[in-house]
Amino acid sequence: MTRTFKVVLAPASVLLLINCSYGQVKPVPKKVTHSGAVSSIARGKMVYTNICLACHMADGGGVPTLNPPLIKTTYVLGDKPTLIKIVLNGFKEDVEINGQTYSNNMTPHSDLKDRQIADVLTYVRKSFGNQASVITAAEVKKVRASNITNKK
Amino acid sequence: MNKKKLILLFLPMFALTGLIVFNACKNADPKTNGIANAGLTLPGGFSAVAIAEHLGNPRHMVITPENDIYVHLAGTKNGKGILVLHEDGDKVTVKSSFASFGGTGIAIKNGYLYASNNTEVYRYKLNDKEEVINPDQPERIVKGLLSHRMHEPKAIALDNDGNIYVNIGAYSNICSDYDHNKTGCPILDSAAGIWQFKADKPDQTYGDGIRYAGGLRNVVGLAWNQQDNQLFVMQHGRDALHDLFPNLYSVHQSAELPAECMFALKKGDNAGWPYVYYDWMQNKNMLGPEYGGDGKKGADPKFINPVAAYPGHYAPDGLLFYTGNQFPEKYKNGAFIAFHGSWNRAPEPQAGYCVVFQPFKNGMPYGKWEVFADGFAGPDKSPNGAEHRPCGLAQGPDGSLYISDDQRGTIYKITYKN
Repeated sequence: MTRTFKVVLAPASVLLLINCSYGQVKPVPKKVTHSGAVSSIARGKMVYTNICLACHMADGGGVPTLNPPLIKTTYVLGDKPTLIKIVLNGFKEDVEINGQTYSNNMTPHSDLKDRQIADVLTYVRKSFGNQASVITAAEVKKVRASNITNKK
Repeated sequence: MNKKKLILLFLPMFALTGLIVFNACKNADPKTNGIANAGLTLPGGFSAVAIAEHLGNPRHMVITPENDIYVHLAGTKNGKGILVLHEDGDKVTVKSSFASFGGTGIAIKNGYLYASNNTEVYRYKLNDKEEVINPDQPERIVKGLLSHRMHEPKAIALDNDGNIYVNIGAYSNICSDYDHNKTGCPILDSAAGIWQFKADKPDQTYGDGIRYAGGLRNVVGLAWNQQDNQLFVMQHGRDALHDLFPNLYSVHQSAELPAECMFALKKGDNAGWPYVYYDWMQNKNMLGPEYGGDGKKGADPKFINPVAAYPGHYAPDGLLFYTGNQFPEKYKNGAFIAFHGSWNRAPEPQAGYCVVFQPFKNGMPYGKWEVFADGFAGPDKSPNGAEHRPCGLAQGPDGSLYISDDQRGTIYKITYKN
């Protein structure tokens, strides 16, 4: 197939060669490997499938411009209370990740039990290529207790 | 034999803006390999080429009789939101770029190019070759439209009586954040509808226009049908029937429902969002579960029915009535619909990612729709995995059909030969 084409790009006499061939396939998400917390992850996967998957997708990849990915982002890997609060309170701000802005609203999930939130966040932090520490029900409980002022 | 042409052309450039010369990808012998027709599958006699790639995120397009293609990018690229491609035989060049804003809507009418961002509509005067005369000084026609981080693009269409129609999408899935007591959705006065403004009056806003039709959750594909002088729109239907009402809707029903709907609008019509949705499997306008529906109760007949319905969540982003003479007779005056492809059919497989043809007769849908062009996504029909996602549609002066892909920035050209 002669589907190549010529591209000459200025400024700065930069010559870009762009080939129109296709065939790139998205990498398959890595399997979860970790020590301990196996049952938390297994339970968390069930919560994820029921609650989160519809927007964040089975592979945690999200949806371009709408629902942010959960793959190696600072939101997922970073500060635990911040992450827990997102689940409790939902999220209504634009998020920029790798130059792409995501703007869909996330509904609050404060109806989930502390254990369920701990499980699902542990699952997310140890899946999709993420390798972050577990989140415990006690940590969720603590954040929930201090979270009252943030509730609408 | 020579399956990969090498880059042949070195063009010295000193221009302020980059000039991109594409040697249009030639259509290969369909037998040679998997990327004939630029990876698309088409009905017999049709062929496709990718005339441009890596343009950014091209949304809607419009093509002039001189073969200039105005492409509106979702965002700006190098600070410009509109690209002007010029097609000369099998060679496509980026002629120029302008507009400080990205967006979706773009249209030409009566000597002006109209283009929108998420809150405004501008117009640019054209010369007799339909070239923009003064790209740095557009006239703002509409301003101050609501844009709340959801369903923001303001798709546009123009009629033959000096009016422009602007979609103002609902900034909510089903208004539940704003109508807690189910007393009536309060955002309908300024969103979730099509507003009509004068095409030539500067700086209009809500008070200057009229809500032409309401109860439309979000419209991206819309077009004026010249045959019966009427506005047609494609609505993006609501999400999450199962997530919100697991006792009323199965996972499968939630993937297939509600229908993505085509409406033929008249002034004052109400399509019923958020109170109703259309069930394409029962062929019935339904009362929404938030307002007392149970998956069986029908909607109040005061809400209009769609004129055609398609599977759930396909995301119709482009609508074009084909008026050319190149394609076979059955396509004449029928509708092409670009389905961007779903994200919310999970955990079922995602779907859409295709261009559909809807036959028409006497200005109304007639007979079953069919997939016209498929294969944009490649092996993975998912919002992240799709290689390409069809968005905008335009008709060239010779009757060719152009399709934009806002995932990888490809422009496809579809032609027909007996």
